Amino acid sequence: MAEKLPKLAKANLTALVVDDNSVNQSIHHKLLDRLGIQNDIVCNGKEAVDAHSSGRNYDLILMDMDMPIMNGIQATKRLREMGISCKIAGVTTRADEEEKKEFMDAGLNDFQEKPLTISKLISILQNLELYIVKT
Amino acid sequence: MLGLGVDRLQADINRLLASLFHQGVLDEQFLQLQQLQDDTSPNFVYDVINIYFDESEKLLRNLRLLLMDREFSDFKKIGLHLNQLVGSSSSIGARRVRNVCVAFRSASELNNRLGCLRGLEVVEHEYHYLKNMMHELFQLEQQRLLAAGVRYPM
Repeated sequence: MAEKLPKLAKANLTALVVDDNSVNQSIHHKLLDRLGIQNDIVCNGKEAVDAHSSGRNYDLILMDMDMPIMNGIQATKRLREMGISCKIAGVTTRADEEEKKEFMDAGLNDFQEKPLTISKLISILQNLELYIVKT
Repeated sequence: MLGLGVDRLQADINRLLASLFHQGVLDEQFLQLQQLQDDTSPNFVYDVINIYFDESEKLLRNLRLLLMDREFSDFKKIGLHLNQLVGSSSSIGARRVRNVCVAFRSASELNNRLGCLRGLEVVEHEYHYLKNMMHELFQLEQQRLLAAGVRYPM
């Protein structure tokens, strides 16, 4: 059932899943796991900011938009203000063009609509040049 | 004889899944979930669906409490709970639950309490149908694993 997947551009990639929904946390964690990407999970934007303030760094952040305490837009802005330059991909269930633009303007590198799938995650990684195409 | 039992159970599972897809209860995202199940997490689908059930029941309970309060006016809170339900239902491929949650959310955006109460009833109905079907599916899977275990004793 587990399909063979193309090679990651950089071995030992790390990622942070930022989502308040337990179902999405489990799925995104497993998606990243399947691609060999070690990953941590936090429940909102503030926890993502705190993780970076405490010195943790990641190659990729999967950032949900609607979260309590600090949402994805606020968290992305804050991380960029802190000088965090890693790739941040916004993922959300619903976003009209205006919301998507606001999220992108906050400092995202990419955006995908949920639900995430293996192919959507590979698309994110390819867009952000974290993945090579299998030849 | 034992092999036939496994095959028959697999056929029952396939038939149930086909029916759920045909009814629109499940969509392609459920297949994505199944594809994530592997040797390192052999119960992945079961575990995620159970997380979904736990979370959804809390949300549905909260929605009912909010709407049954005569003084209720916090439609924004209804919307937040529904965003969660829409999101998690989408993520597991629960298409019909997702769709009725979206309809319910529209009523909350119009501050329509009666519409919300009706919406909640529909969501509860679809949710319980899904839950029953998932339990049936997991029971069949368990029986199939047991039958396969009997077929290949260790």
